[in-house]
Amino acid sequence: MSFINYSSREINCKIVYYGPGLCGKTTNLQYVYAKTNPDAKGKMISLATETERTLFFDFLPLSLGEIRGFKTRFHLYTVPGQVFYDASRKLILKGVDGVVFVADSQIERMEANLESVENLRVNLGEQGYDLAKIPYVVQYNKRDLPNIATVEELHRLINPRNVPEFQAVAPTGVGVFDTLKAVAKLVLTELKKGS
Amino acid sequence: MNSGLVMYEEEFRLIAGICDRLTRDANAKVVFLVDKNGQLIASSGQAQNLDTTSLASLTAGNVAAMGGLAKLIGEKEFPNQFHEGEKESLHMSIVGGRVVLVVIFDAKSSLGLVRLRVKKAGEELAKVFEVLAKKQATPGAASPFAEITDDDIDNLFSE
Repeated sequence: MSFINYSSREINCKIVYYGPGLCGKTTNLQYVYAKTNPDAKGKMISLATETERTLFFDFLPLSLGEIRGFKTRFHLYTVPGQVFYDASRKLILKGVDGVVFVADSQIERMEANLESVENLRVNLGEQGYDLAKIPYVVQYNKRDLPNIATVEELHRLINPRNVPEFQAVAPTGVGVFDTLKAVAKLVLTELKKGS
Repeated sequence: MNSGLVMYEEEFRLIAGICDRLTRDANAKVVFLVDKNGQLIASSGQAQNLDTTSLASLTAGNVAAMGGLAKLIGEKEFPNQFHEGEKESLHMSIVGGRVVLVVIFDAKSSLGLVRLRVKKAGEELAKVFEVLAKKQATPGAASPFAEITDDDIDNLFSE
């Protein structure tokens, strides 16, 4: 849910990175954080377990620049991917403006991907959002690993809505900013239409 | 799609005034107001040394988690929360069902005083947010971004 502040001439939007456990959601944010100009970013917060698994969320505030005198700020969040953290995932989707689904390209994670997309659809529905309508992009991560599914197959299984999709290797940054830009653009376009 | 929060100059001034007064009346160090989705709306007091963006996001996360817990035990929500630290303490209060009023205070104040002042400020803030909600719901209140073009959006990503 965007927040438009005429007083400070700011617009704030919320983007959530969703996906199965260990698919690379946090790594996406870490790369964005590492490569963003210090003026354009706030502190990155990770609420994680001792073994660095996301417990509640990661949070990264970013400034993208100005549109017609309004500063555009994006708040990036990740959800915990592990199945049993579902209650937390639901909370983080509250007020979301756009979603990135990070899929793990490895063949053995295909079922986990599908389960997570379905979980996203259900949890968005509970908040009154429709996965078929919300600004949404898909990222096929871990393209550098050996045992991966083809993009065609991933597309068929994960992206029937045919939203913008990107191949990525999050630790080295391949596809990370392309994914972020695409979802930010969709969010702003939606805002332009008016809600 | 749910419509987002829109803040106008006039209401912002009212809100900032209420927060400033609360800071003084409650002898607080910092007062800030956060949207339940984690957006910072206003802050007052010695906020310049604080990472208010992170504070806002974590406040919202905390209120959301406590709200989830409340539902599990059959409560609607926990409208007030208090966290006591060694030197500084933190009081959170849900206002008008939509925003969270946070007060950070130390030994110069007390929980009783903060509670008392927060109650009054909360009522005043709730009224302002009601006006805001009505303003936003008025037919013809066009999206302020209706006039931006695809080029404007593209330019943001040009470099």
